[in-house]
Amino acid sequence: MSGARNPPRAPGTRLDARGLLCPLPVIRTQDKIRTLKSGEVLEVVATDPGVLHDIPAWCRVHGHRLLMSEQRNDGFRFHIEVA
Amino acid sequence: MEMHDKKANLPRRAAALISGGLDSMLAAKVVLDQGVDVEGVNFFTGFCVEGHTHAIRKKDRSRQKRNNALWVAEQLGIKLHIVDVIDEYKDIVLNPKHGYGANLNPCLDCKIFMVNKALTQDVLDRGFDFVITGEVIGQRPKSQRADTMPVIARESGAGDRLLRPLCALNLPPTLPEREGWVDRDKLFGFHGRDRKPQMALAESFGFSDYAQPAGGCCFLTDERYAGKLADLWQSRGVRDYDFDDIMLLKVGRHIRPAPHYKLIVGREEGENNFLSGYRWRFVYLDTVSHTGPLTLVDGEPTDADLVLAARIAARYSQGRSASEVSVNVHHPSGARRELRVAPLLPTELEPAWHVGG
Ligand code: SF4
Repeated sequence: MSGARNPPRAPGTRLDARGLLCPLPVIRTQDKIRTLKSGEVLEVVATDPGVLHDIPAWCRVHGHRLLMSEQRNDGFRFHIEVA
Repeated sequence: MEMHDKKANLPRRAAALISGGLDSMLAAKVVLDQGVDVEGVNFFTGFCVEGHTHAIRKKDRSRQKRNNALWVAEQLGIKLHIVDVIDEYKDIVLNPKHGYGANLNPCLDCKIFMVNKALTQDVLDRGFDFVITGEVIGQRPKSQRADTMPVIARESGAGDRLLRPLCALNLPPTLPEREGWVDRDKLFGFHGRDRKPQMALAESFGFSDYAQPAGGCCFLTDERYAGKLADLWQSRGVRDYDFDDIMLLKVGRHIRPAPHYKLIVGREEGENNFLSGYRWRFVYLDTVSHTGPLTLVDGEPTDADLVLAARIAARYSQGRSASEVSVNVHHPSGARRELRVAPLLPTELEPAWHVGG
């Protein structure tokens, strides 16, 4: 983190939800975000394809911003900015 | 609540139990439309029909991708808190004070637990004034009856802070109605098993494409699932389970040739992948010479049992009509041996071995 006023966009916290089936990745994301402050960015990695729908939907209902979602061969990765 | 009393103009806050089905969606909507600040709560017990199964079975994946509780929250424009109650819920399943419904569903204790949890929990970050459920008198024979409604209100601790907007007119006015937080005249008097009033109300709100789970919101109402759970308790001689146990009961064919072991045979690729995640915990079999299922062996099989297990696995492989199928038997330690077996004939597979019917 530099002293510049640019808001940090890189995730400061990472949540490994690989191997968990929905809705557990969403529950773990929700519980983790409860410990974070507004503006912080969380990275979530998960393997259940259900997260492709559930994590964006959960972010929408809570007003968190989904900065990035990525599909890789070892799973799915999301960056979420806490509202 | 004191805060609300002082600032009487603030909207009242309610926690709505959201199952993902239509009734709880309508109940929340009716109250939301009266200007109440509603947030949804959804409890994940481990037995929920939601979620898991569509992720496991390939054929279900294309059919249903969404989490219905989240979908409901989005339609209503409310927040939804999904709460992991897997551990706490165990006591409800194992020791329901009010007993079970048609299968192993402890619906009455379950409702009491959920209303209490929504009321007392730390789930919602701020306090709230009352709890909403989508219950309808007479809808379900065990838990949604005129005489069980006050039991749930009383034993959950919610008392008259529990509002059932869909059947409120059949019940005495609750605190939110008496205080004028909600207008009783805009609530409903639905009763019985007829779903038409709910469907008409859904249409008036413009809701379509809502989920209509048959039977109930969880696997405990499913006869076959309950049969498998009862078999698990009986074979282990103890009524207990962990999360992996109840997940595995949702997947595969369960075949018990003898009391001391059972096979879980994957029915398709998605299930095979799911079962392969348990390789570290069980002896497992896979067919080598032909495409076939992944089979977990739960229990303490002897060598002779493993031969029968291999013959059963072969029976569910592409080599079912071949004279010989080779099957690898893997131990959690990493040890492996290959068996060449004759696939079991359909007539040799006892119908009684199929757990859960
Ligand atoms: S069907 Fe399952 S989740 Fe629904 S009330 Fe009964 S026990 Fe609870």
